[in-house]
Amino acid sequence: MLNNLLSLVIWVPILAGVIVLATGSDRNAALARWLALAGALLGLIVAIPLATGFDTATSAMQFVEKAAWIPAFNVHYHLGVDGISMPLILLNSFITVLVVIAGWQVIQDKVAQYMAAFLIMSGLINGVFAALDGILFYVFFEGMLIPLYLIVGVWGGPNRVYAAFKFFLYTLLGSLLMLVSMIYLYFQSGGSFDIQTWHTTALGMTAQTLMFFAFLLAFGVKVPMWPVHTWLPDAHVEAPTGGSVVLAAITLKVGAYGFLRFILPIVPDASHELAWFVILLSLTAVAYIGLVALVQADMKKLIAYSSIAHMGFVTLGFFLFNPLGAEGGLVQMISHGFVSAALFLCIGVMYDRLHSRQIKDYGGLVNKMPVFAAFFMLFAMANAGLPATSGFVGEFMVIMAATQVNFWFAFVAATTLILGAAYTLWMYKRVVFGAVSNPHVEEMRDISLREILLLGVLAVCVLVMGLYPKPFTDVMHASMVDLLAHVAQSKLP
Amino acid sequence: MRVDMQTLYLVVPLAPLFGAIVAGLFGRLVGRTGAHVVTIAGVAVSFIASVLVFQDVLAGHTFNGTVYTWMTLGDLHFEVGFLVDALTAMMMLVVTFVSLMVHVYTIGYMHDDPGYQRFFSYISLFTFSMLMLVMSNNFLQLFFGWEAVGLVSYLLIGFWYTKETAIYANLKAFLVNRVGDFGFILGIGLVLAHFGSLDYATVFAKAPSLARETITLWPGAPWMLMSVIGILLFIGAMGKSAQFPLHVWLPDSMEGPTPISALIHAATMVTAGIFMVARMSPLYELSDTALSFIMVIGAITALFMGFLGMVQNDIKRVVAYSTLSQLGYMTVALGASAYSVAVFHLMTHAFFKALLFLAAGSVIIAMHHNQDIRYMGGLKKYMPITWVTSLIGSLALIGTPFLSGFYSKESIIEAAKISHLPGAGFAYFAVLAGVFVTAFYSFRMYFLVFHGKERFHQGHGHGNEPDAHHGHDGAGHDGAHGQDHGGQPHETPWVVTGPLLALALPSLAIGYMTIEPMLFGDFFGRAIYVADRHPVMHELDQEFHGAMEMGLHALTTLPFWLAAAGVGLAAFFYLKRPDIPAAIARRFKFLHQMLLNKYWFDELYSWVFAQGALALGGGLWRRGDQNVIDGFFVNGSAHLVERFSRLVKAFQSGYIYHYAFAMLIGVFALVTWFARLN
Repeated sequence: MLNNLLSLVIWVPILAGVIVLATGSDRNAALARWLALAGALLGLIVAIPLATGFDTATSAMQFVEKAAWIPAFNVHYHLGVDGISMPLILLNSFITVLVVIAGWQVIQDKVAQYMAAFLIMSGLINGVFAALDGILFYVFFEGMLIPLYLIVGVWGGPNRVYAAFKFFLYTLLGSLLMLVSMIYLYFQSGGSFDIQTWHTTALGMTAQTLMFFAFLLAFGVKVPMWPVHTWLPDAHVEAPTGGSVVLAAITLKVGAYGFLRFILPIVPDASHELAWFVILLSLTAVAYIGLVALVQADMKKLIAYSSIAHMGFVTLGFFLFNPLGAEGGLVQMISHGFVSAALFLCIGVMYDRLHSRQIKDYGGLVNKMPVFAAFFMLFAMANAGLPATSGFVGEFMVIMAATQVNFWFAFVAATTLILGAAYTLWMYKRVVFGAVSNPHVEEMRDISLREILLLGVLAVCVLVMGLYPKPFTDVMHASMVDLLAHVAQSKLP
Repeated sequence: MRVDMQTLYLVVPLAPLFGAIVAGLFGRLVGRTGAHVVTIAGVAVSFIASVLVFQDVLAGHTFNGTVYTWMTLGDLHFEVGFLVDALTAMMMLVVTFVSLMVHVYTIGYMHDDPGYQRFFSYISLFTFSMLMLVMSNNFLQLFFGWEAVGLVSYLLIGFWYTKETAIYANLKAFLVNRVGDFGFILGIGLVLAHFGSLDYATVFAKAPSLARETITLWPGAPWMLMSVIGILLFIGAMGKSAQFPLHVWLPDSMEGPTPISALIHAATMVTAGIFMVARMSPLYELSDTALSFIMVIGAITALFMGFLGMVQNDIKRVVAYSTLSQLGYMTVALGASAYSVAVFHLMTHAFFKALLFLAAGSVIIAMHHNQDIRYMGGLKKYMPITWVTSLIGSLALIGTPFLSGFYSKESIIEAAKISHLPGAGFAYFAVLAGVFVTAFYSFRMYFLVFHGKERFHQGHGHGNEPDAHHGHDGAGHDGAHGQDHGGQPHETPWVVTGPLLALALPSLAIGYMTIEPMLFGDFFGRAIYVADRHPVMHELDQEFHGAMEMGLHALTTLPFWLAAAGVGLAAFFYLKRPDIPAAIARRFKFLHQMLLNKYWFDELYSWVFAQGALALGGGLWRRGDQNVIDGFFVNGSAHLVERFSRLVKAFQSGYIYHYAFAMLIGVFALVTWFARLN
């Protein structure tokens, strides 16, 4: 049983999704919901042994499974996790449960299909994080787009088709270049699709540089990095709450994960040579996007832009080439998973009651929803990077690491202290504080037990990670140090 | 024995935290009485434990150790831990004592407020955060406490969240503080980058070896590392301790309930910056540049913020500007390497300023939440305890010999006089002139409130000058009302006057009692370090011949007569000839307007930073994201594809004769091509 843990983590949610799908029309909606919840919980339960049985002392792949898949091309069904991917699988399995609960009442149309899409996507994303074979990775990587595309396109807002297309084409463009790179690597490595083999494949500078940009586009779009970020605000605005949660909490991480699994170890010389370029883009994301977030009138857009700025810290941290920065980036990924999920859920809570995402339609919420206001305050502060919340840890680590490399990198990165607080708390002030601004707000009711449960679980995560991040960094440390040592070695032939 | 002490160290911050959690999360369950009982008990336990810790420190026991490891990265450890030495122990006493007084006072002040439990929870949470800040043994936890007190300050300024001015003020306070934190975190980053640790002891031990280290911030201009670190850290202090030009948030913070103005915005949180610099004395002693910078900033704050106090009519704002000015005094002392003097003034100021704020609150209760001093007067006979304690606080503030403020302020003036750093001359002038200004605005307020004609029946302070913010918000917020509408004002209940009396005692005597051990004895021991090349403390020691002698001698010196002149002028202007200040205001209209508008800093910042950031953000969004990226690249390439497809589509018309015609042309072209080849 334990030998196939990763397979379970991938296939349990997918199978659950198929079963949920089988319940068919909305007449069986209740059954679909409960089945989906059971499936998501089961998915989380089978993922837990990954954490409890994880050996933090080694950087080697753990829970490895390997079987031939397409022998003609030497393609394997090869799975394994290290300290980088394991936390992400747990995050994904955890968020899936929340998303199912979040859609419990709001989704009344095509319930089975909605729930199934999330479950199947969850399994596919676990596959992305666990795959150690290039082709297997590519299949999961592309496969996860389909449910997400459907979630935005079917359950989304009025402009959902434009958003879904934009999102799909944007990300597809990048992936095609990645496929070309993978095929090139297949030939260079003497006929292997094994990602770990690619890590040791010698490559010339030109090849490295070309592949660097191909992978950068593929993963940079997903992160998303400035300037290939404009699909994200549109996708968020049109996506249903659950879609936004998964999009922000998980899908963006797939892009960042690609940097660690592909770009840095496969093209280390190009990564060093072009680090300035990525750092420049990352810092632009922090400062430019921070300013753009300030002027947003739509709460979802605001949080979407805030996500881009926060992900800028992730890529910045990776390309500082020191443990503090790289682990800071990974910590930031996990924290952003909690915080952005929570904020999109908060916006969902408000949207369910008032059917607007515009800041100007709110005001004085605290008078009617004090419990909600308290939760929202916590998550807003986490978004602003307040110490003792998870949002602080990653930003702090990356800023500290940046100072070691170049003072001005840290200088620009640290503007997030001001900008992050400005856009988050200004929105909070206009939405929550003040006197009740209109009759619609007057009618709003405080959050239900189900919503308290959702936000409460995330609040605990945000606080625990902020007060005691040691377990998180302990898990990733060995793998990160190994990765950085690997990246420090030239692969030029 | 030592193990027991460590438990005690934990009890000090955790007791208030427990109270905060109970009152905050179970407020409805424990009720109003439950909330104040549990929080007051928590702070009282914390205070008693602090007293025990203080005695232990006096007995020569200090402590530096880890509570738990926050995070490790290989050799790099980030920890939560305590450093308990004389500086810490003194701060713990001040914080827990003032906090305890404010907790008790709050029972009276917030009596009718619907957010009673929430308020107690916040102030206990604040006490916890402040204690974690002062007890920290490393920069990380310092930053934790730093931000945590900022958070609670934010929550408390905006406590009356329906009041538009309050929720504007709290956002402003948070953001201005974040500007300071921006510098602060960069300073911490440089410390970690160059020292390889965030632990105070390690950093301080290594500091002398890095004294000559330079870093190049821009090509061709190397900076001393210590100067850069010192100034960056001090920018953090400028935010928290409201030093010019980051002072703008503090006057607006008066939108919060009065108890927190006393606790947070006068006695404790705003002094965090002063404490921090004193704590970092081993670093600051290595950079005269940073010290000069600090001294000049402090001097500007001390004098120019004092001027603003002279024209304020809101009782709390007068005290607020006085706080700004006094924080400037402390900063000057830091710049002069007289850290212990700064901390000494921090302590005396905590007592008399908390007293003044709480007394102002007592007046506000009696005045039915009218805060305009032009509509008070003659309260002396109605509120004897408030009157006496206010008088004590004011006298201490202006530096009356033998009172607490005298010893600390006089020492600051002397320190500025002795210092030879660049800017010391200006600082000396500023703190000296500040004495007159302080005396004038303090007694202007005192006379207008307690003496002269009773003006409180003349209306309820709907004054029409621009900056009169009133405690009114109609909805029956704060207050045990000491006065019924139309009736006579009367003294406030004991929960209010009790803390006033308890604070009046140290305001009177703490300076006389402690100046010798704190400044010239070895009370601080190794907690504060002064380099030999900075002789200020040494020379002060030479001049000092006992507290009694110092008080007597002062009667013949300039500061005393400046203060007396200030009081005299205030009495003349506001008791005898109120027409004169009005005439002066008319005569020097520009100056008066400048002071009323606080040198237009709010307008400037709002225009440059707030509007500027919005304009920039809007521009980037519309031009960058929408026009260039989406408009040109994304949708542009889509349109390009579309146009190309339309072009190609034209060939796929489906008419045979079109295809036939195209084939004909093709054949013709091919034939021509081959014909040419042959």
